[in-house]
Amino acid sequence: MSEPVKQEGAQALDEGIEAGISGLTTEQIASVINEVIDNETGARLKTYVDTCVHCGLCSEACHFYLSHEKDPHYSPVGKVKQTLWEMLRKKGRVGPAFIKNAAIIAHTECNLCKRCAQYCPFGIDIAYLMLVVRRIIHKLGVTPLYIQDTAHSHSVTMNQMWVKGDEWPDTLQWQEEEAQTEIPTLRIPLDKEGADIMYSVIAPEPKFQAQLIYQMAVIMDVAGVNWTMPATLGWDNSDMAMYTGDNEIMGRLKRTHYETAQRLRVKRIVMGECGHAFRSVYDMGNRWLGWKMPPIPMVHAIDFYHELLSQGRIKIKQKYPEPVTLHDPCNVVRGGGLGEKLREVAHAMCETVVEMHPNREHNYCCSAGGGVINCGPPFKMTRVNGNRVKAEQLFAAKTRGAKTLITPCHNCHSGLHDIVEHFGIGLEIKFISDILYEIIEKPEAT
Amino acid sequence: MKGGREWDWEISEKRVAINEWGTSFGWVEEPYASPDGETVAAIVNVAEMEFSVCVNGKAWDVTFDKVWHLRYLPDGRLTALVSEMGEWTAAIDGIAWDSKFGYVWNPLVSEDGQAFAVAAQQDMQYCMVLNGEPWNETFANMTYFALSPCGTKTAAAVQVENAASGEIHKFKKGTFTAALEGKAWESTYVNVWGLAISPDGESLAAEVRQDLYDYTIAVDGKAWDTTFSCVWEPIFRPGTRTVVAPVRTKGQWTLAENGNTLWDRSFVQLWQPIFSPDGNHLAAIVAPAFGRWTVALDGVPWAKTFGDMVTDVVFSSDGKRLAALAKEGRFWKVVVDGKVWSHKFDMAWPPVFSPDNETVAAKVETEGTYAFVVNDRLGPHACEAAWDPVFSPDGNRLLLRSIEDGVYCRRVVPVSDFMP
Repeated sequence: MSEPVKQEGAQALDEGIEAGISGLTTEQIASVINEVIDNETGARLKTYVDTCVHCGLCSEACHFYLSHEKDPHYSPVGKVKQTLWEMLRKKGRVGPAFIKNAAIIAHTECNLCKRCAQYCPFGIDIAYLMLVVRRIIHKLGVTPLYIQDTAHSHSVTMNQMWVKGDEWPDTLQWQEEEAQTEIPTLRIPLDKEGADIMYSVIAPEPKFQAQLIYQMAVIMDVAGVNWTMPATLGWDNSDMAMYTGDNEIMGRLKRTHYETAQRLRVKRIVMGECGHAFRSVYDMGNRWLGWKMPPIPMVHAIDFYHELLSQGRIKIKQKYPEPVTLHDPCNVVRGGGLGEKLREVAHAMCETVVEMHPNREHNYCCSAGGGVINCGPPFKMTRVNGNRVKAEQLFAAKTRGAKTLITPCHNCHSGLHDIVEHFGIGLEIKFISDILYEIIEKPEAT
Repeated sequence: MKGGREWDWEISEKRVAINEWGTSFGWVEEPYASPDGETVAAIVNVAEMEFSVCVNGKAWDVTFDKVWHLRYLPDGRLTALVSEMGEWTAAIDGIAWDSKFGYVWNPLVSEDGQAFAVAAQQDMQYCMVLNGEPWNETFANMTYFALSPCGTKTAAAVQVENAASGEIHKFKKGTFTAALEGKAWESTYVNVWGLAISPDGESLAAEVRQDLYDYTIAVDGKAWDTTFSCVWEPIFRPGTRTVVAPVRTKGQWTLAENGNTLWDRSFVQLWQPIFSPDGNHLAAIVAPAFGRWTVALDGVPWAKTFGDMVTDVVFSSDGKRLAALAKEGRFWKVVVDGKVWSHKFDMAWPPVFSPDNETVAAKVETEGTYAFVVNDRLGPHACEAAWDPVFSPDGNRLLLRSIEDGVYCRRVVPVSDFMP
């Protein structure tokens, strides 16, 4: 039986992809594909390829599939069929047009969210297969422009937003000064060797959202934490190179991060409310370097807030009155198992928590993750229209009373903002720290 | 570390009550002890948005709008990065450099402490500043930095071609290079990282990425003929301009010298190579298997491996002994010549060899209490803070600097106190 034609509007134009394929030959493509398959994959890929029985049970897991009237082109297995299987079947001899389509599918129609791995009877990790495709796309120089630029930023500055060496400590000192108007003795200790905790963030915080650093500094101060932030490279835990398949830059980023923590002799790294960075520091980047687990314990902000609340180190003055609903970020809930702690934090902070359905590890992805939002404006509507089911899920939670949407992840935050706006859902989106900062007991201003 | 002969190695104990400083200032930041232990200093808040540095209870005569990164130099001078009226510079013993900048950061110090350098930004142009003297040339961006071992030269990775954010194809042609004393190489690269200056200060080496996929080492602007799938930072062989660096090929790491493979075996990971002082031996941190870490000496890994991390490899002065820190689970251990000490710690600092290389000491911490350990025997002092132990020139005594009950203590103790 023939498959239906993929229902999609005009394909987005991307300068990175277009320029990348312009000079490619079939021979070059075959050489790169076979080099990656032969030298960089092994039993894992072979097992997945040989095991898949093409049953399609993964389809119902995918928000792109569900949001496109169950068009099989958007099913996880369909994406593999249109990319990697064809590369393998033809022993790499595919043309530039095929590579362009593969780049669009792997980079903009799959969030690497791993929800489908839960639906596969064999547990095949299709996100891994899509990452193999992205690695090939990287080696061919066909990565979408915006995320490629972000990877270039990582390679130069070790952060994702071209934040220069002086701008980082200067921003921290500015935020310290701002916060001292509220708590005069508050400090953001820079390069404090021997602190218990190194706090690390992603570059959008110093670039656009410095209030998040301010808020965390207040929380740290109120809780009496012995903490520090590095004044050098290594402060940024983000990693779009992981998603462009530039594994060498991914490794360089994570080495810099962990060696910075070791230089400061901290016991733990606490990271801000970010999902993909957790995947990079906890799973992919560390392991590419040869560390089985993070060499220095890595604690996500959800876990850290849970610890501070359960130990009574921060106290709630008055619970947040608006009903909230929770979006479980894929990388820290499905990938990191923090779903229950997220709920305990939410219930400790808020009068009313309205669950959205599905939730926890079965939650739908925001459609921004996996580097998709980092592919920029050309693909904004690909991800928004590809997640109509998320809009329906959010609207259902709103119908049951939710007014605020909490999501402890930067990409989720931005992606859900676009969905809420496009579909007119009308939910206010907050990080946990936005609420904690408002409701915890603080020293009286003098 | 070895202390100076002129230091006081006789008086057993001196104390400074730093816990009394709080009454004189808005707040007192974390203290730092001088190498000879005679002074202890901290950044102090003297009024709203007004800061100084307190040394043994007496504040500098000057105040600044901001002060950060307070550190003693090896020669005993006290440095900080300071801001006045929106301009930044460095201050040494309370005297600010005449040269001022939009910002300064990333201080570098020579081994003897005579050279102190910072990275500086002025009007969004960047340069290095050595002992208050900025480069004549400035650049649009500057990332990795280096100071020569002799303390006479500085270097940085610098941007020499403009490429706006989003100009990925221009960027891929190479917009960065390296500059020694402000003089940029003519060759450009996609990336430049991990700089090293030769012992004589005349040669500069760096990791470079020639396109998105080919990595190698460039020396004085000339790339090695061989490329690799990845490299880590180069080092110079002592007394030479020969460069050694970790290189990755076929998914495994080894060491290369001037582009040629140096060790006959490879590892899952290999980094932080270090030469013995005489240049006769070469060690590196390696992972012989995924998730297992150790030290390799001249290509041969120690038999004992560790699950989490190995750091701080240090040679004895005669190059015959080797010590490192290793982490297994949540605990750190000291490892000397491949043998693991019995004590385990929540944190440990770099091991220190005695001048005769017979004794090894380290600062360690367990459950928030600092202590000193010598040849695997723990000292009696439980401290709130501590600094690295220092051996006397004859190796018979140890200078121990610590804070106990809010009081800074400078102790000189016989090494034999730690012995059975």
